Amino acid sequence: MKVSFTLNAKPVTVDVDPATRLADLLREDMDLTGTHIGCDTSQCGACLVLLDGESVKSCTLLVASLEGRGVTTVEGLADPDGGLHPMQTAFRENHGLQCGFCTPGMLISAVDFANRNPDPTETELRHWLEGNICRCTGYQNIVKSIMAGTAAMHQRA
Amino acid sequence: MTAIGIGQAPKRKEDVRFLTGRGRYVSDIKLHNMAAAFFVRSPHAHAKIGAIDSSAALEAEGVVAVFTGADLEAAKVGGLPVGWGITGSDGEPMKEPFYPVLAVGKVRHVGDPVAVVVAETPEQAQAAADLVMVDYEPLTPVVSMLDALKPEAPLVHEDVPQNLCCDWAMGDEAAVEEARQKAAHIARIELVNNRLIGNPMEPRAAIAEYDRARDHYTLYTTSQFPHVVRFLMGGLVLNIPQHKLRVVAPDVGGGFGVKQFHYAEEAALTFIAGKLCRPVKWVSERSEGFVSDRQGRDHVTEAELMLDENGKFLGLWVSTLANMGGYLSTFGPNIPTNLYAPLLSGVYKLPAIFCNVKVVFTNTLPVDAYRGAGRPEATFVLERLVDVAAIETGIDKIEIRRRNMISKEEYPYQTPVVVEYDSGDPMACLDKAIEVADIAGFEARRTEAARRGKYRGLGLSTYVEACGLAPSRLAGQMGARGGLYESATVRVHPTSHVSVMIGTHNHGQGHETTFAQIVSEQLGVPFEDIDIVFGDTDRVQFGMGTYGSRSLVVGGAALSKAGDKVIVKGRKIAAHLLEASFEDIAFEKGEFKVAGTDRAKTFAEIAGAAYVPHDYPLETLEPGLEEQAYYDPINFTYPGGAHFCEVEIDPDSGEIELCAYTAVDDVGTIINPMIVEGQLHGGIVQGIGQALFEHGIYDEETGQLMSGSFMDYCMPRADNLPSITISPQVTACAHTPMGVKGCGECGTIGSPAAVINAVVDALKPLGITHVDMPATPNRLWAIIRNAQSTSIAAE
Ligand code: FES
Ligand code: FES
Repeated sequence: MKVSFTLNAKPVTVDVDPATRLADLLREDMDLTGTHIGCDTSQCGACLVLLDGESVKSCTLLVASLEGRGVTTVEGLADPDGGLHPMQTAFRENHGLQCGFCTPGMLISAVDFANRNPDPTETELRHWLEGNICRCTGYQNIVKSIMAGTAAMHQRA
Repeated sequence: MTAIGIGQAPKRKEDVRFLTGRGRYVSDIKLHNMAAAFFVRSPHAHAKIGAIDSSAALEAEGVVAVFTGADLEAAKVGGLPVGWGITGSDGEPMKEPFYPVLAVGKVRHVGDPVAVVVAETPEQAQAAADLVMVDYEPLTPVVSMLDALKPEAPLVHEDVPQNLCCDWAMGDEAAVEEARQKAAHIARIELVNNRLIGNPMEPRAAIAEYDRARDHYTLYTTSQFPHVVRFLMGGLVLNIPQHKLRVVAPDVGGGFGVKQFHYAEEAALTFIAGKLCRPVKWVSERSEGFVSDRQGRDHVTEAELMLDENGKFLGLWVSTLANMGGYLSTFGPNIPTNLYAPLLSGVYKLPAIFCNVKVVFTNTLPVDAYRGAGRPEATFVLERLVDVAAIETGIDKIEIRRRNMISKEEYPYQTPVVVEYDSGDPMACLDKAIEVADIAGFEARRTEAARRGKYRGLGLSTYVEACGLAPSRLAGQMGARGGLYESATVRVHPTSHVSVMIGTHNHGQGHETTFAQIVSEQLGVPFEDIDIVFGDTDRVQFGMGTYGSRSLVVGGAALSKAGDKVIVKGRKIAAHLLEASFEDIAFEKGEFKVAGTDRAKTFAEIAGAAYVPHDYPLETLEPGLEEQAYYDPINFTYPGGAHFCEVEIDPDSGEIELCAYTAVDDVGTIINPMIVEGQLHGGIVQGIGQALFEHGIYDEETGQLMSGSFMDYCMPRADNLPSITISPQVTACAHTPMGVKGCGECGTIGSPAAVINAVVDALKPLGITHVDMPATPNRLWAIIRNAQSTSIAAE
């Protein structure tokens, strides 16, 4: 079936089997391998993308449901000229990543969170991150990064 | 464009590619004409394999081929090798049964691979795998180690009586007996060190290809040590000459030990790529990883600590059963023996130690190194036992540790269990931790919590680890079948940019940054002009990889040694250009100078001149500026520290809250404090995971893994963790070039005991003296209920 949607600010039309998951389309056909697959039970959050601005798990999202919608992957966060998104900068500044495997999902989750909650508490943030597993960082610097990135997105120092 | 050296915290070089989704992990790689593999795995923990009928699978859409153990056997494929052989206390070498790449005759754990289906797409391969008919004759599995050792137990391997791989010991049994006779008090504990499943976030994956024209294989694999995979797989399993085999481990999404073994899938795929002459890819699913990744820990231990009337330690006796699972993995038998018993002295003066370890086969997943590997297990035994002793003798837990600690002046300190600690200051770590964690204020916090109906507890753990694996001489005496040095090449290009080829592997540790800092400091080259190359046997000369907190300690030392050689070569070139004698050339602040004059050449000038040898005295001076070094350490390194943990337990629900965690670790000289702190955070949380959440559980009857997904295996998540306070303490290592000790595993070693000691301390009012890991709310609730009903019954 044919599906048209916006992917990282560009219109695309794909011809897919109706059972195709977005994560597979991105990784196998669109060469967007920043979206990762870390589990098969919808538990880890490595596969998060923004769907019309809200974070969703692309490992359980069918491409067939995307008609007319807007998808942003980790590759779409930075400026087209390469300037990092404030959340990406915050992760870099605060050592919010080690192996990098959970990072795309963390960033997507973080951007969604920052949009919903411009002035969060750390407890609110830790609660929000319940659906993202990181095995490397112990979360401490991820939390620090997202607090800083949220402030930066809302232009507080 | 500046030099960034030791002690600074530049942002990581590797970050931008990961932040922008441009990392290149194995599963991201696509090769032309690539087929997909799916492994058919045993649903049984223990069964005979009868006929395998692949005919229906071969008919299925897209299927290219099906391979079974018989195919590999016919091609004389070897078994998966063990890199470390241990010897029993009776002088008998360990039992080392054949570990086939694909099971032959029998399966020995759930998930044991029996066949591989290759198809055009992963979906087709998976669908066809259901059509491979394996005729299993189920056998009674042996699941618990206690059962495995019973005379009537079924045998995992027919040629291993009583499922006993090795009955191993270290230390002086007679001396411990003597201590027992003299002791005023003997503290005793029985405990379980729970089975863990490492679960790096990137599942394992591999792609193999074969180039018939060149008769050459390439394997891309999620490995912490590509050169070792090349050696083990090429040399011992598939008989592929080393120069005909390239192993690439590109970006790898976390390892923690899980990816430091040679796995069956790597060998099967490489074999198949050769047979089919086309690339074959396999990407593990998470649920598949639960039944195919090596697992960790899994000990059952009894131990006794003998003390005199003043609370001084006289001796330690430890008896442990260590689970190997169904087969011996690459380092399996080494972990609960050589990486365990030598750590049992901790930071204490313990004149007599004896440790017996029975290494046991069961029908469970093979067990091998997982972050900390043996050392968290040793620390847990010792630090739990010290707490038991403190309670029983009435000596305060801090005081009893102080009384027995090795003081700074007593280093180097020879323990009774082989190792000699070169340096350390455990008392300073403890003092600092007491201050940072505000231990003086604890009783007030406990009282306040009690007012809210909560039990608050304070736990302390000190630890020492042996890392920087490893001095080859010592390792060889302990049974290592290879060396454990590291190698580095520093290639200075004519433009003075630097490429470093190093045999360690970066999968989160920040080596691309830390190693560049070392070079920048040493050669004065701008940080951004240095690239670290790793993970490819065709680009890097040789290497043993990354594990055992060795990369900076051993690899960094090789790097600085190679840098020294570059300076020597640079001085020769400068001597020639400046018409001075070699001895008169000094290298300072990025310049080669004639001593006592202002005549000098910059590093960049020398780099350029190295490649333009128009008037070189060629018989004494070679062109080029590239040097290589191998470094083999003379001892392990011994980081250590003191951790405090505070918990609150709700006696009605068993809910537990981690309220505070303070870690003072001495990892020697710190190259990049930001990265060290990140390593400690991650390590501590993995230890907290073991103490509170994680448990690989097998059904005792069937041998099925009960915790085989993230729904049943509880990973630490952001919302159930405290903010951790890290405060470093530095004593430089006495024998590594930069004084570094390694920091990758510290957190995981110190934390389980600190957490469980806090839990037990919290429950002290109920008379509870031990809680096994993981201390989940369910388990705590049951223990509290039990203790309450016992005390009611007693009243
Ligand atoms: S891959 Fe784990 S939640 Fe989607
Ligand atoms: S950085 Fe490795 S899993 Fe999060």
